Amino acid sequence: MSATRTSPPVADADLLRIRGLHAGYTVPGRSGLRRRRVDAVAGVDLTVRAGQTVCVVGESGCGKSTLARSVVGLLEPFAGSVSFAGLDLASAGRRQRRRVAHDLQMVFQDPYTSLNPRMRVADIVAEGWRIHRGRVAPGDHAAEVARLLDLVGLDPSYAGHRLHELSGGQCQRVSIARALALRPRLVVCDEAVSALDVSVRAQILNLLADLQGELGIAYLFISHDLDVVRHIADEVAVMYLGTIVERGTAAQVFGDPQHPYTRALLSAAPSVRDRPDSATEVALTGEVPSPAAPPSGCRFRTRCPLAADVCATEAPGLRARGDGEHPAACHFAGQGAAAAASVEAAEEKQA
Amino acid sequence: MSSTAAADRPAAARTRSALGAARRVPVRVWIGGGVLALFVLAAVVGPVLHPYDPVATDLPNRLLAPGERTEAGAVAWLGTDQMGRDLLANLLAGSRISLLVACATVLVGGAVGLVVGLVSGYFGGWPDTIASRVGDIQLAFPSILLAILLAGVLGPSVTNIVVTLAITRWVVFARVARASAMATRRLDFVDSARVLGAGHIRIMVRHVLPSCWQPLLVAATVQVGLVMVAEASLSFLGLGVPVDTSSWGATVSVGRDYLGSAWWISTMPAVALALVVTAVGVIGDGFRDVSDPRSRI
Amino acid sequence: MPVPDMGGEQRAMPVPDMSGEQRAMPSTAGDGARTTGAERSPAARLRGVHIGFGGRGDELPVVRGVDLDLVPGRVTALVGESGSGKSLTALALMGLLPAGARVGAGSVEIDGRDTAGFTDAQWRRLRGTKVAMVFQDPMAALNPSFTVGWQIAETLRRRRGTGRRAAREQTVELMRTVGIPDAEHKYREYPHEFSGGMRQRAVIAMALTLDPAVLLADEPTTALDVTVQAQILRLLAARQADTGMAMLLVSHDLGVVARVAQDVAVMYAGRIVETGALDDVYTSPAHPYTRGLLDAVPDPARPGRLVPIDGQPPAPGHRPAGCAFAPRCPYATETCRTDDPPLVPLAASRPGPATGQHSVACHHSDRVLARATGTEVPS
Repeated sequence: MSATRTSPPVADADLLRIRGLHAGYTVPGRSGLRRRRVDAVAGVDLTVRAGQTVCVVGESGCGKSTLARSVVGLLEPFAGSVSFAGLDLASAGRRQRRRVAHDLQMVFQDPYTSLNPRMRVADIVAEGWRIHRGRVAPGDHAAEVARLLDLVGLDPSYAGHRLHELSGGQCQRVSIARALALRPRLVVCDEAVSALDVSVRAQILNLLADLQGELGIAYLFISHDLDVVRHIADEVAVMYLGTIVERGTAAQVFGDPQHPYTRALLSAAPSVRDRPDSATEVALTGEVPSPAAPPSGCRFRTRCPLAADVCATEAPGLRARGDGEHPAACHFAGQGAAAAASVEAAEEKQA
Repeated sequence: MSSTAAADRPAAARTRSALGAARRVPVRVWIGGGVLALFVLAAVVGPVLHPYDPVATDLPNRLLAPGERTEAGAVAWLGTDQMGRDLLANLLAGSRISLLVACATVLVGGAVGLVVGLVSGYFGGWPDTIASRVGDIQLAFPSILLAILLAGVLGPSVTNIVVTLAITRWVVFARVARASAMATRRLDFVDSARVLGAGHIRIMVRHVLPSCWQPLLVAATVQVGLVMVAEASLSFLGLGVPVDTSSWGATVSVGRDYLGSAWWISTMPAVALALVVTAVGVIGDGFRDVSDPRSRI
Repeated sequence: MPVPDMGGEQRAMPVPDMSGEQRAMPSTAGDGARTTGAERSPAARLRGVHIGFGGRGDELPVVRGVDLDLVPGRVTALVGESGSGKSLTALALMGLLPAGARVGAGSVEIDGRDTAGFTDAQWRRLRGTKVAMVFQDPMAALNPSFTVGWQIAETLRRRRGTGRRAAREQTVELMRTVGIPDAEHKYREYPHEFSGGMRQRAVIAMALTLDPAVLLADEPTTALDVTVQAQILRLLAARQADTGMAMLLVSHDLGVVARVAQDVAVMYAGRIVETGALDDVYTSPAHPYTRGLLDAVPDPARPGRLVPIDGQPPAPGHRPAGCAFAPRCPYATETCRTDDPPLVPLAASRPGPATGQHSVACHHSDRVLARATGTEVPS
């Protein structure tokens, strides 16, 4: 997306700033009275600048959706702060928060469930204006809906249709038009293209890039699809079990992965172009532990080919190991290739 | 597939959509609807065409069997009762009360239940706990006993019987509405509206409420039948409509003393009641079968 | 103008029959390890299969004339987007078509026997021994009220008459071979006590219990995470190589297919539009749809705009006359809008390693191929 982007008005403004965020859900405690808190997101720092695309990538259970929901206010964080354009959302009043809704919108994974199937396309797109009166005069709704549908590449004649008459890709365009109706500065995309077929996915990704170029929108793009992330990201944050394990520009993270989990993820991702041969593949055994009972020390150590004693006692901070390096949360950042081969051999033996 | 089938594709598609529409409303629903429509029509125009005087006595014509002629020469199609009043006229007049009470009760009980269920299902937490526990307690108590108690306190009148029956029925509607609201509350489009900045009232009315209608309608059709039976039961016990008002339950009650000599007095209103309740039940089942909006492609 | 009888035409056509000819080894790397399928007759064979809903299966045609051979020792991938008919094709091989769907024309042969008119009992005898299936959702394939071990052992006892103790031992061994650690202990656990990846391993173990000749895997890793997906794909490939069974991998994910399959068949709107050895199809796609699919995947080497396929796939029942892809195709001409091109082997003159099995259903495959090698750009 960097290719098509124009510079935003305030180039260095931090639009979204997340600091020390803990968020998740509660489960009944052992006593049955007090509820126990499960941190699906356990201490995340993240910044999105105006007009930028920041991707959060990770597997299910890594907390990336919890992160997205905390940002748009669907989830009350346990601790830490989320501030948008300088306004701390946790301490902001209801009215201030409603005002932020203009600037902060979200596109969900499944357009069929995230849009009300009983409403017509025009009503879905115009709902924001009915909530925030005074943005668009009721008389102009029809014209504005037509303009927005055209913007997202849908024929304005679809305004009167219902969702079941549209295909998945068209529904996702409606959902993007709805998010754009309030002219947001940041759009959170939670797996926004994951439910789409390959050919349609490319259409939507192009659309998102075009909109960024035209309107200077920033994206917080949550995805598990590395091909997509690599294509659109300015910056990438790799999440594992509630924490960011590696962060950097797309070129840094994909070209020179430092964390063993990033390396495993990259080599496990099925790709059309470079098919892995088993010699270079970093195979992970096991599955992600439950966030209700994370391992001590480094959260990745139970599946890590490099794990040593220090990993069980000391959680590695997210920091750069040297000049020009990007930050990774690993005691052995950068030392992966040698160990990878031994793991592969071990797994082969097991199978 | 042969070439003809391929060439006929538009025709085939037409047939399919026609078939689909027909499949959406099964034949039994049409029959049920027809029966119900007949009774509604009878309730509306019947008493005008064939008036019924609840206080009249015509002793020479008492206890005529169905089809016999009165002294005046008219045919008593359904027979006459112990006072010589025409049973058909009685049933027509009674159908007004029975249907009116049933509809009013379902409307009142349904409205109360909908609001309580919507609020408790949408918000959860303590409003839900209170509403659910009150409902549980009430359901644990046999509803006819509760109705007898309330009707005894309030005294016989059509309004009171509606109030009484609505109080015994709202829980059912509340539960149905609560279940739908809870299921809908978790859907992505509710979150999507919250992200847009929508308030609770707007979300409840615009996004949650519409998904409650369908199950409520199904519940309502079931309840119409049950309420009619409950009203008949109360009237049978003398706790229902006032004595000078005709109702199917009251007529069954009166006929009880003559079961040996004039079976038709109790039987005719009972058959009418059974027909209406069955018809409504069939319609309700039909609604349930076609109510899934996702079955539409 | 009436649309030609595709089913009949297809059957008469020299379809790429993988059994009959000596399989030349593709010269590209990565395929050399397994070519055990040479000279072996297919374990399952589809010929001109039509599957549809309603009536005699012709009111809403979803699959329209599919030919497919599943050869022992080879993994064939059936690739397509949602609604292309790939899953129905796989289900037809199991005799498990959903209610209302039926095979309208063509033949489904398993182990040399035509399954037309098979009764439930006949299908049940085939399932497990001749064909077995791994579904997308492992939870749906396991009975939640019985332990995983018991479910596998029960299959052995009922179908093979294995004794209680022997069945238990074989089950534990089987669970071990699919990489379930501590199988003795896991034998006694219920499906909900398994993690997602372990559940899919258990389902694979269950499918392999009776040594099926054909394993059908319908999106076996779509519900799984990337790292677990890699484990399961490795497992499937390893089991397939060990047993020498035929495998059909149904997937929408070109990357997943690239990891496991040797042959690939691309489906669009109910037909196979291109088929051949994986390397041939991926490196020199001859159908514009295959080309479009591959181009639509983001490529780090080509930043900037993606090249999507315009429009939407047609819904069953609304497919255009002629080639179903024509409305979205940059190469389409008048012929494409009237004549549905048959699936024919590519001319030997095409570039790249000639194996003779690369077939395509396109009037303009030569132009697509030329474009693939960069000599011509479509107008």
